[in-house]
Amino acid sequence: MSGSAPRNPTDTQAGAGRALGSSLRSAVAAVGDYAGSLLKSARDLVRFVGGVSHLLGETCTWCFRGLFVPGYKLGRRSVVEQAVRVGVQAIPIVMIVQIFIGVILALQMAPTLERYGQMERVADVVGIAIFRELGPLITAIVLSGFAGASIAAELGAMVESEEIKALRAHALNPIQFLVVPRFLATIVMLTGLAVIADVIGAFGGFITSVMVLGVSPSAYLSATQDAVAMKDFITGLFKAGVFGVLISMIACYEGLNVTGGAVGVGRATTATVVKSIVALIATDAVFTAVFFVLEL
Amino acid sequence: MSQDDVVISIRNLVKAFQSTDGTVVRVLDGVTFDINRGETVVIMGGSGCGKSTLLNCLIGEYDIEEGEISYRTKEMDAPVDIAGMSERQLNAIRKRIGILFQSGALFNSLSVSENVALPLQEHSYVDASIIDIVVTMKLQQVKMLEHRDKRPGQLSGGQKKRAGLARATALDPEVLFYDEPSAGLDPVTSTAIDELMMDLSKKLAVTSVVVTHEMDSAFRIADRMVMLERGRVLKLGRREEFEALRDAKQDTLLSDDERLIHQFLNGAGEGPLTDADGMSEFEKLIVSGAS
Repeated sequence: MSGSAPRNPTDTQAGAGRALGSSLRSAVAAVGDYAGSLLKSARDLVRFVGGVSHLLGETCTWCFRGLFVPGYKLGRRSVVEQAVRVGVQAIPIVMIVQIFIGVILALQMAPTLERYGQMERVADVVGIAIFRELGPLITAIVLSGFAGASIAAELGAMVESEEIKALRAHALNPIQFLVVPRFLATIVMLTGLAVIADVIGAFGGFITSVMVLGVSPSAYLSATQDAVAMKDFITGLFKAGVFGVLISMIACYEGLNVTGGAVGVGRATTATVVKSIVALIATDAVFTAVFFVLEL
Repeated sequence: MSQDDVVISIRNLVKAFQSTDGTVVRVLDGVTFDINRGETVVIMGGSGCGKSTLLNCLIGEYDIEEGEISYRTKEMDAPVDIAGMSERQLNAIRKRIGILFQSGALFNSLSVSENVALPLQEHSYVDASIIDIVVTMKLQQVKMLEHRDKRPGQLSGGQKKRAGLARATALDPEVLFYDEPSAGLDPVTSTAIDELMMDLSKKLAVTSVVVTHEMDSAFRIADRMVMLERGRVLKLGRREEFEALRDAKQDTLLSDDERLIHQFLNGAGEGPLTDADGMSEFEKLIVSGAS
């Protein structure tokens, strides 16, 4: 008989044992790596939240000083310049987006409402959804890309070109000089843009309902008036203000902490948009729950 | 020179950074020297020797681990150690110093004249018309008046440095720091900047601290020179002493330190500076991604 000697059962068992041990070690290592990456993500999240909170505290302190303490300047010209950049230039984009939101809402709700013979109720749905949620939220999401990314990129470039260091060297506080104007401008303009978004979004729903769904204009307007209460409008504006705080703080934090040259600036810009959107939606969820409980 | 003539006193300065692997590296390791009123001190050394780190410590940009950095400006009765000072306390010192950064560090959203006016607007309560007069004067001193309405993006490298210098002198500082003033400039422009520095130093009677590794420039402007190597002061002395070392014959050099300084001053490719792995501790930190 040709071929190798028969295998020793003991050798086979040892080989299988080694293979099993190796697999087990790999599995444990993989679990360990994953746990390590989760811990790192958790640590990064804590560091981020802590950093943004600290920046918010300092920003509010400088705002207070600028507004109420003699000898401190607020930089009104700078606030106005930032407001034009952050808000005024975003009006066309917000209007276009919101009119489409109104159209989409009306068309999506129409089939269901028609089944129940409640077509004119499309005004209620569009009005409440736009004024309470989609007006401020979609506007904030648009602004996180339009203004948030731009703020992060600008501040990041300033870090890389030593302009921030130059500010400190001239005994000027970067938060007072750079962050406060952007913070105030974003809050004020986002609140203003939310009003525009509400009106334009409702108009989009109105046009669609009247021209496509056959709802009479007077019925639509009357239904909107009945459905949308002042508290819907106010809660929407309140959210818009909070969203302005989030976008400006995240953008300024990411920009001021840029490292690594142009690549770092790009990373900060992307991180600003992503983190802003997540923060906006998470905050909106919290507010929605709170207002639900408080029956607001 | 008496202690009253010392404007900055540095004693046993230690500054360390931590690399990503957790190793702590002392970039400055016991630096000690004085800077006297009215003189121009050049701080030099190879890449990664710690000179920019030293500059950042002197202007309060970095916290230090050990040691003392004491300032004595004209209003002070006694020297004041800036280590551990709050931002507010540091700002009082910063209003008495000026810094010209490597690239000028002009604020891109402002014109040249607005850049120069900014420290005056923020730290004084004088009328806008007076500020305009001061700005005109400062720009005239650095020969940048015709460019006053331009934005930094429209300026050449040399023009940015001139504008940066005008801004650094806006509050008539007692000490001017220069971070690699000749970096990125052609030889002619570099000489022009050196002459401007010397001219301003005389006219404004300021103390100048210049970080550079451009030897031609250093020998042109220095009263005294400090050579750093691996975070330590290798030699401190008058310009003439360094000139003598530079011009000495190789076989007359007695110590490793002298041979190292000789190699550096002459820009020689071979010698004690490049005998080991060719990288300084700070360069290794950069490569390892220090925090």
